[in-house]
Amino acid sequence: MMLRWQTLLRHGLLLLAAGLVMLPMAWALLVAMRPQDAILSTDILALPQWAAVTRNFARAFEASPLLRFIGNGALVCALILAAQLLLMVPCGYALAKLRFPGRDLLWGCVLLGLMVPAPVLATPLFVMVAWSGLMDSVAALVLPWIVSSLGIFLMRQFFCRVPDELIEAARLDGLGEMDLLVRVLLPMARPTLGAFAVISIVAHWNDLYWPSVVITSAERATPPFGVMLFQTQEAGTDYGALMAGSLIIAVPLVLVFLLLQRRFIEGLVAMK
Amino acid sequence: MSERRWAGLLLAGPVAILMLLLQVVPLLLVVGTSFTDWQLGGPAPALVGFARYRELLADPNFQASAAATLRYVLMVVPGATGLGLVLALLISGCRRGRSLYQTIFFLPYIATLAAMSMAWQILLHPSFGLVNQALEAIGVPATNWLRDEATALPVLVLIGIWHETGFAMVFFLAALASVPTELHDAARLDGMGAAWDRFWLVTAPHIGAMTLFVIVVVTAHALMTFDTVAVLTQGGPGNATRLLLFVIYQEAFAFFRTSQAAAATVLFLIAALLLGALQLRLGRRREGA
Repeated sequence: MMLRWQTLLRHGLLLLAAGLVMLPMAWALLVAMRPQDAILSTDILALPQWAAVTRNFARAFEASPLLRFIGNGALVCALILAAQLLLMVPCGYALAKLRFPGRDLLWGCVLLGLMVPAPVLATPLFVMVAWSGLMDSVAALVLPWIVSSLGIFLMRQFFCRVPDELIEAARLDGLGEMDLLVRVLLPMARPTLGAFAVISIVAHWNDLYWPSVVITSAERATPPFGVMLFQTQEAGTDYGALMAGSLIIAVPLVLVFLLLQRRFIEGLVAMK
Repeated sequence: MSERRWAGLLLAGPVAILMLLLQVVPLLLVVGTSFTDWQLGGPAPALVGFARYRELLADPNFQASAAATLRYVLMVVPGATGLGLVLALLISGCRRGRSLYQTIFFLPYIATLAAMSMAWQILLHPSFGLVNQALEAIGVPATNWLRDEATALPVLVLIGIWHETGFAMVFFLAALASVPTELHDAARLDGMGAAWDRFWLVTAPHIGAMTLFVIVVVTAHALMTFDTVAVLTQGGPGNATRLLLFVIYQEAFAFFRTSQAAAATVLFLIAALLLGALQLRLGRRREGA
């Protein structure tokens, strides 16, 4: 009997907390489904209207290029991740299993890089981007972040755990370093690569800081920067459309998360 | 052997060059700039020693912003860590619904904060936001939450906690999963009936290391808060919400005071390095344990 009450209390508290956590999103959704006069009235219980839904979402899409923001976000995240993977895998392997001049120095730089937050680099990188004439370009969004210290760190740790015997055996079979890496080791690294991909995509998709530094036009805006432009220029006081736009911007990553959530959380925790 | 030496250089070389270009040079550039009077697009720079740092530390606006950042961090970190732990304890005792709860509480960490800030803005809108409507219904006068000096920072703290709690929670859940259930059963048989006693004697020692880790990481996140300030308050009202990263952003990219921004960035870097060193130490200790 006691246990029953405990279980009820536990779920009661969790449901209450869940309700509070979802409140901003739920309210945004409700506002996006109401006509402007119902939003401005103080009738909390005004019901959603289908006509208002279509109007608000249509207005959000015509007021600013939301799909373009999402497309830009996907392009930038994909380019960054692809370049990061191409660079970090061979480098992690070399750091773990090969001897070459400067190895310890490079490893030291990787460890230091782990501790330097991106906004610190943004101040000088902005100057370098301005000098090289790359302002407001996809290159400016992508290039500064293609070397990931975290990625190299994770790959080195992964390759260190691969037994040398396995590598020796593959070499005796006549595999070159590149074949060994691509055909034997990479398939084993899949969980680590997946976890890293999650971290990278979430970080760059949601980043507002760097795009606000180098992007000036809606044409190149990524989702968070786009949503800010949307707020300041287009939809100012059209609250229904504003909320519809915010939700559209937040949805893609949330959907990916809901689809892959176990992977997502396990990957993040494995990172610690 | 020497062939493999070349392989090493070839495989790590691209990263070494790019790292030099994209990280080492920028770091040297920002540290160097902080000792000059250089402005982007201005005349040739001159060395001014520590003058920029002295100006910055004596500037009342900067002091206000450092104080606001400190207050922000000191409220968000205990809030998010404590709530994360409570939620994790509640969830780990559930037989059903664990993954559903975990998903819901983690959602705010994933959902684009810039967009969600706007949802918060409408929730807190002075005339038709849900919060004020509900308060007015029970007779509490309306507050303009984001335009009132007394409430603006606490509101950002609340959003910060909302954003970070799920992050803290998943790490606590992982740590709690490693507490052997036999220990709990044994403690119960030994007459430690009160959940409180069992928490301190059985659970707490197992999650101590993780708690430190969570505190360090959430502190680093809180220190880098930018989105909510940029979208919701622009640092106002007055100086109330001028968090450090927003100040650096304004100095560097809105006012183009390059060397002032560089000095502030270096101070910010020092704070980040201290936290990073702490995190690395904690990580090492856990691996040793």
